[in-house]
Amino acid sequence: MTMQTEAQAVSVPRKRRGTELSLIVVALLVGVGAYVSVGLGYTGDIPADITAVAGAFAALAFVAHLAVRFLAPYADPVLLPLVVLLNGIGLAMIYRLDLDITDPRLGDGVARQQVVWTFVGVLAIVAVLAVVRDHRRLQSYTYTLGLVALGLLVLPLLPGIGNEINGARIWISVGPLSFQPGEVAKLCLVVFFAGYLVVKRDALALAGRRFIGIDLPRGRDLGPILAAWLLSLGVLVFQRDLGSSLLFFGLFVVLLYVATERVGWAIVGILLFLGGAYFGYLTFGHVQNRVAGWLDPFSDTDLYFQIVQGQYGLAFGGLIGTGLGQGDPTLTPYSYSDFIVTSLGEELGLAGLMALIVIYALIVERGLRVALLCRDAFGKLIATGLAVTFALQVFVVVGGVTRLIPLTGLTTPFLSYGGSSLVANWAMVGLLLRISHATRQPQPLATPLHAEDATQVVRLR
Amino acid sequence: MNRPIRVLAVACGVLFLALLLNINYVQFLRADDLNTTTGNRRVLDDQFSRERGPILVAGKPVAESVPIDDDFDYQRRYGFPQLYANLTGYYSYQYGGSDLESTENSILSGSDPALFVNRVVDLLGSDKPAGGSISLTVDPAAQQAAYDGLAALGQNTRGAVVALDPSTGAILAMVSRPSYDPNRLASHDFGSVSDAYKELNDAEADPLLDRSRQNIYSPGSTFKLVTAAAALESGTYSPDTMVTGGPTLNLPLTDDVLTNDVESCGSGQITLTMALAFSCNVSFGEVGLDLGADALREQAEAFGFGDDTYLEDLSLVESVFPADPDEPQTAFSAIGQFDVSATPLQMAMVTAGIANGGTVMKPYVVDEIRSPDVELLEEHDPEELSQAVSAGVAAQLTEMMVTVVNDGTAAEAQIPDIDVAAKTGTAERTEDLPPYAWFVSFAPADDPEVAVAVFIESTQGVAREEISGGGLAGPIARSVMEAVIER
Repeated sequence: MTMQTEAQAVSVPRKRRGTELSLIVVALLVGVGAYVSVGLGYTGDIPADITAVAGAFAALAFVAHLAVRFLAPYADPVLLPLVVLLNGIGLAMIYRLDLDITDPRLGDGVARQQVVWTFVGVLAIVAVLAVVRDHRRLQSYTYTLGLVALGLLVLPLLPGIGNEINGARIWISVGPLSFQPGEVAKLCLVVFFAGYLVVKRDALALAGRRFIGIDLPRGRDLGPILAAWLLSLGVLVFQRDLGSSLLFFGLFVVLLYVATERVGWAIVGILLFLGGAYFGYLTFGHVQNRVAGWLDPFSDTDLYFQIVQGQYGLAFGGLIGTGLGQGDPTLTPYSYSDFIVTSLGEELGLAGLMALIVIYALIVERGLRVALLCRDAFGKLIATGLAVTFALQVFVVVGGVTRLIPLTGLTTPFLSYGGSSLVANWAMVGLLLRISHATRQPQPLATPLHAEDATQVVRLR
Repeated sequence: MNRPIRVLAVACGVLFLALLLNINYVQFLRADDLNTTTGNRRVLDDQFSRERGPILVAGKPVAESVPIDDDFDYQRRYGFPQLYANLTGYYSYQYGGSDLESTENSILSGSDPALFVNRVVDLLGSDKPAGGSISLTVDPAAQQAAYDGLAALGQNTRGAVVALDPSTGAILAMVSRPSYDPNRLASHDFGSVSDAYKELNDAEADPLLDRSRQNIYSPGSTFKLVTAAAALESGTYSPDTMVTGGPTLNLPLTDDVLTNDVESCGSGQITLTMALAFSCNVSFGEVGLDLGADALREQAEAFGFGDDTYLEDLSLVESVFPADPDEPQTAFSAIGQFDVSATPLQMAMVTAGIANGGTVMKPYVVDEIRSPDVELLEEHDPEELSQAVSAGVAAQLTEMMVTVVNDGTAAEAQIPDIDVAAKTGTAERTEDLPPYAWFVSFAPADDPEVAVAVFIESTQGVAREEISGGGLAGPIARSVMEAVIER
C-alpha cells in the first residue's frame, strides 16, 4: 500500500454502522436458522422457545452493536458481524450436542450455561469499549498487565483454588464457578508484549552477525526471547498445557519480528521452538502420545479414540454433512469443546467447515488490516498480536482435531463451550474494535501524545 | 512495521489454506476409506437404523425392514428364513452382512451412487435416506420344491439344488441344506446374536455354508457329460461310435483297474450313447485316456471350470479340473473322480449349456434394482459366458441324455408327455464316508425351460448301497422341473 492510498483511507472516514447492522442481521439469520435446523433435524419440530431464544440473542447482538455505534463509531464494520455469526453457530451447535450429552459432570445443560457466558461476553466487549477510550493509555500499564498475566498463569498452580482437569492444570475453582485464567492472560500478554517491544525495539533491531544474508540478533539481546521461551516451557512443564505454551511463545516471536522487522528474530524463535518441542517430546509421555496419535491414530483406535472418532465424524459428514441434529457427533469425547470443529464438520460437512475457517481467516485479515492502518506503533503491535492470537489458536486447535498437526488442547474461539474463552475473545474483539476506531476516525487536530508516534506513521518499511 | 505485517498476513493465509486443504483431504478424498473402516460406529449405527430396502422374490419380500420402537428404528426381518437364508444372507450389527445383504449393501442401504438423487431429496426433506429394493430371479415354486425335496430326505440331510433358466442364466432355485434362521443374527438383542453366531459357526454341519456355490465336490458320473462333450467336439467320436464296454479297464502305469458298477455295459463294444445311458466307467475312462487330460480340461473350462468370477451377485468358489494328471488319474478324472471337483452351480451350468445349444449363459440372481419410490434403476441383461460346444454337439448330447432318462439310469426324472434329458452321478469317497449323489437334468428336451443340478452330500437313514444319484436326487430334480414348467 502506498502512502497515498493510506492517506486517502484515513482522509475519507465513514462510520459504516449501517453496514454493520445489516451484516449483523444476516449473521443473526444464520444463527437462528441453525437453531431451527437443529430442532427440525433432531425432533422434527421447530424448537418451542424459538422466539425467546432468537429475541434474546438478537438483543445481545444489538447491545454489542449499540456499544460500538456510540463508543467506537469508526470501528471496522465487519468484525462484529463475523463474531456474532460464529457465536450464533456455536450456540446452536452446543444446544444440539446438549441434546445428546448425558454427562452428569456438566451439570444442568451446557447450552444454557453457554448462553449465560455469551451474555457475559457481550458485557465484556461493552466494558472494554467503555473503559478503554484510547488504547494508547494502556501503554502505561505495560508492566502491570505483564504481572497480572504472570499471576493469572500461576493461579491454577496454587493449592486450594487450582484444579486439574484431564491432566492439564489450567483451571481455578471459586465456589461453583470454574475459570481458565490463561484465556484472560492471553489478552494481558498481548498488551504487555506490545508495550515492552515498542520501547525496546530499536535496541533489539540492532544487527549482530550476518549469516547467509540474514542479520542475526546480537547475543546480548537474547534475554527477552529466552525469558518468553522459559515462560512458555513453564506453562508446558507445570500446567501441561501444550496449546497455550505454543501460543504464548508464537505470539512473542511474531511481535518481536514485527517490532524489529528482523527476520533473524523469527529464525531464532523457530529454532527455540523446535528445541522446546523436542525437549517436550523427550520429557513428557503425553506429548509423545499426541505425536503418535497424530502420525498413526488407527494403530490403536482405543488409545487414540478421540482423534479417530473425530476423523470418522468428519468423513461421515462428507461434502455437505448429515444436517444439524442428524449426525452422531457425541461419539467423539469433548464434542462440545475441543472437538466442536469435527462435530460441525460432521453435521455441516466440508462446505460448512470451509465456510467457518474462511470466517476465521476474515477476522484475522481484518485484524491485520487494522494493524496496517494504525498510526501508532503500540496500537499496531496490539492489533497484530490480537489477530495473530486468533490465527495461531484456530490453526493449532482446528489443525489438531482434523489431524493436520498433533493435537494440543485449545478452545475454538467463539465456537467451543467454555466461559473463560468466550468472554476473553469478546474482550479481545473489543480491543481490536477500539484500535480500529482510532485508526479510521478523522485525524484529531491536536498533536499526538508522543512525538515518537508521529514519526512512526511515516515509517513505512 | 507494515512490511512484516504484510508478511504475516500471507503467513496466516498459508495457515488457513493448510487447514482448508487438510479438511478437503479428510472429508472428501479419504472419506470413503474412513467410512468403510471396521469399527466405525457412526456408519454402522447409521446404516443399521435406516429403512433398508427389501429383497423381493416374485414381488414378495424375503428380507425387509419393519419399523420397531427402539434405538435403531427398524428391524430386519426374514419372512422365509430357512428357505432363502443362503441367498439373502444375514444383516447383523456385530457381524455385518453376508451374501446379498453384503454384496448389494450399497443399494439396500441407499448409499449407492445410483440413488444419489433420492438421497438429496431425503436430505432436503430431513428424512433419513431409505434403501432401494432388489428383485431376485428365483421362482418361488421351484425354490420351495427344491427345499422340500431335500427336507424330505430327513433333518440331517446335507445337500444343494440349483435350477437355471438355460436361455438366460437366471437362477430359478438355489437351495442349500442345512440352512439357518438369519432373524437370529439380525436381532437387536446383541447377546443372543453372538450366541447364535457362535453356535452357527461351531455347528459341525456348517449351516452358514452355501453348498450350491461355496464348496466343491467330486461330480462323479455327471462329469461324463463333459467328457462326452469333449469326445464329440474332437470330431473323432459320434453318439454311435463304438467304445469299450466290459467289466474292467486295465490302466497304464499302475495295477489299478477301472470297474463298471453296472452290468448293462456288456462285455464287448457298445455305443457312446449306451455308455452314457448306463454310465459305464470303463468306456469313459478309455475315452478320457484317448482324448488326453488337456482336451478334458479345455472342455471343462469352456463350461466354466477354473473361473470364480462368473457369478456377479454372490461369492463363488471355482470348480477344478486337476492340473497335471498322469494317465490313470486322467482316466479317473474323465469319470468325475480323482481331483475333479465342482460346485452344484457349475454342474447346473454344464447341463444348462447343453440345453441352450452349447451356449453357457452367465448365472445371475438379481433381476431388477429399484429406487425406494419403485423407479427401475437397473435391469439385468442376460450375458453369454462361453460357447462350450457347437449347436450340433449340444443336440447330440441332448439326445444321448434323453436316452439316459428313457432307457438308462435316470428313469426317476421322467415326466409324462415331456422329454427330459438327464445324467446321474454317484461319486465314491473313502471307504467310511457315504458317496455323493448327483443328478443333473433339463426339460423339456426340445425347448428347455429349466436345467437342474441336485447334489446330496450325505443323509441319514439311507443305507450306503442304496445311495445313488437316480434314486435319491432324481425325484427332487423332477419336482423342481415340474414346478418351473407348470408355472
